[in-house]
Amino acid sequence: MSNSEVAVSDPGTSVPGSETTTGHTSSLPRRVLRKAEPALAIAPFIIYTFLGLGVPSLAVVYYAFHANKGGWTWSNIHLVTHGIFLVGFENSIKLGLLSAIIPGILGVFLAYAIQTSNSNILRRLTSTGAGVLANFGGINLTFMFIATLGSTGILTYWLRDIGISLANFGFNLYTFSGVLFVYMYFQLPLMVLVVTPALGGLRQSWREAAENMGASSWSYWRYVGIPVLMPSILGGMLLLFGSAFAAYATAESLTLGVIALSPIQIGNFLNGNVIAGQTHVGYAIALGMLVILSITMIFYSLVRKRASKWLR
Amino acid sequence: MAPLSAGSVFEVSEIQNEPVPAFSSGSTKRRRHFRIWRLVVLVLAGAYFLIPLYAGIKFSLQNSAGHFSLQAYDKLPSAPGFSAALTLSLKIAVATMVVSTLLMVPTAIYVHVRLPQLRRVLDVVTVLPIVIPPIVLIVGVLGAYPLWAKSSPYLLSFMYVILAMPFVYRSLDAGLGAIDLKTLTEASRSLGGNWLKTMWRVVLPNIRPALLSATVLTLALVFGEYTMASLDLWQTIPVWIVQFSISSDGNIQVAASMLGLVGTWILLVAVVSLDRSQSRRTRRRMLG
Repeated sequence: MSNSEVAVSDPGTSVPGSETTTGHTSSLPRRVLRKAEPALAIAPFIIYTFLGLGVPSLAVVYYAFHANKGGWTWSNIHLVTHGIFLVGFENSIKLGLLSAIIPGILGVFLAYAIQTSNSNILRRLTSTGAGVLANFGGINLTFMFIATLGSTGILTYWLRDIGISLANFGFNLYTFSGVLFVYMYFQLPLMVLVVTPALGGLRQSWREAAENMGASSWSYWRYVGIPVLMPSILGGMLLLFGSAFAAYATAESLTLGVIALSPIQIGNFLNGNVIAGQTHVGYAIALGMLVILSITMIFYSLVRKRASKWLR
Repeated sequence: MAPLSAGSVFEVSEIQNEPVPAFSSGSTKRRRHFRIWRLVVLVLAGAYFLIPLYAGIKFSLQNSAGHFSLQAYDKLPSAPGFSAALTLSLKIAVATMVVSTLLMVPTAIYVHVRLPQLRRVLDVVTVLPIVIPPIVLIVGVLGAYPLWAKSSPYLLSFMYVILAMPFVYRSLDAGLGAIDLKTLTEASRSLGGNWLKTMWRVVLPNIRPALLSATVLTLALVFGEYTMASLDLWQTIPVWIVQFSISSDGNIQVAASMLGLVGTWILLVAVVSLDRSQSRRTRRRMLG
C-alpha cells in the first residue's frame, strides 16, 4: 500500500501531458523514482493477486502431479480419469450443460418480458433483485426449496390437493433433477443480467425496417433479432455453465454431499471423508475442473468479441 | 457462485432506465398476443421466484406445532453458537472491506489516471476469480499456505478480497469512468492540493456511490460464503446455519437465512436509490 502512496504523492511527478511537468530540475534519485513509479504503484495489486490466485492455482497443479509421499507421479491423474471420479466429471458437465441451456433460453424470454413491460417498478426491482439472487445460493436456497418442494413443502401440499405427485414424474428434490431445478434460482437471474444489455442493443429501427419490407414477427426474429443476439446468448450460457459446474454449497447442502459431482468430491477429500493417504487425488480433481473451466473461458472470450460488435 | 453478475447490477439499472418500446408499429392483434405472452412469462417467473421465498418466510414464522409465531426470530440471538458466529463473520467482513478498499481504490484510480493502457489487463485479471471456482482456490490455499496462516480467520478475509475483486473493481471502474478524473485531479493539483488531499476531498466524494455499492456487495459476499469458510473450518454465519440445523428443529436457521436475504436486498435497494436521489440533486444544483 505504502508504495503507491509514496509514488503518487511525489509532487514532482504529475499527469503526463500537463503543463506542470518540469523534468529538467529533477535530481537523479527522483528520476529513478519516476521511472519506477508505475511499477511501484501497481505492485501491491500484482503481489496480492499472485498470492491469492497464482499461488493456490500453482499448488493445485503441483500437488496433482505429486504422490502423497512425495515425488512426481501420474497416478492421481490416472485415478480421477477413471471410475467414480470420471462419473463425477460427467455429472458435473451434464449438470452444467443442462443448467446453462434451460435457464439460458428461459432467461432470454424473461429478460425480454421485463424489458418491454411498461412498469418502472418491475424493472427497478429486477435490476437489484437479479443481482442479489444471482449471488444467492447454498444453505439459504436449500432451506427455501425444502420448505417449498420437500415432503412437507407448501407446493407439495398444493399439488397433492389437486392430485399431482411430483414423484410420479421422476422428480426428487434431493437428486440430480432437484439440484437442476434449484440451480435455476440463481442461473435465471444471472442470464437476465447478462442478456439485458444485448436486448437494449436491438434497435427499434431494425424492426421497423423489417416490417416495412413485409417481414412477419417470426421472420424478424429469425433473420434479424436472433442472429444479433446469438453471441450474447451463447456467451451468457457459457457463463452459466461455469457457474453451475463450479457450484459447491447448494449441491452439498441439498444432497448432504452424496451426489457424484466434482466439487462435492473435492470437498469430501478435504473433509477427510475418504481413505487416508489419498488427499492429493482431490488436487487432481481440482486440476481437471481448472482445465474444463479454462476451455469454457476461451470459448467465452471468443464469443464475447463477436457480441461486442453490436453493443455500442 | 459468479460474483461478476453483482457488479453488473448497476449497468443493468442504467440501461433499464430507458424502456424499449416493443411494438410501436404492427397490428393490434399481434400486440395483444404479445401482451398475453408477456404476462404468462412474468407470472410463471414470479411464481418460481416468490413461492420458495414465501415458503421460507412462512416456515420461519411457525412454531413446531405449525402455528404462527415469532418464536424463531425471538430465539435466534440466544441460539447456541449464534453470537460467536456473528462476531466472527463481522470481524472477517470488516477486515475484508478495509483491505479491499485500501487495495482496490488506489490501484483503480492510479490505473485510470496514469496507466489507461493497463485497464485491459486489469479487466482480465479481475475476472479470474470467477473462472477459478472457490472450491479449487481453497484447496490450493490449504495446500500451499503454512499452518500459522491457516489457523487465522483472516486468511478468509484475504481470500474474500480476491473473491470480491470482480465486482469491486467493476463497480469502481464504472464509477471512475463516469467522472472526469483527469480534470479533477489537475484542478486540485493546481489549487495546491497534494495527493492525499486530492484523493480524500476530490476523488473519493465523487466515487462514493460506487464505493458504497462495492462495500454492500462485499458484505453480502462475506455473510453468504459457505464453501471456503466450511472447508477452512471456521464457523461463520453460513457454516453455523448448516451445522446448527443438524441438531435442531430448523425454524431458527431458516429465520436467520431469511433475515440475511431480505436484509441484503433492502440494503442494495437503499444504496441504489440513495445513489439515484443524490445524482438527481446534483443535477438540479447544476441546472439551478
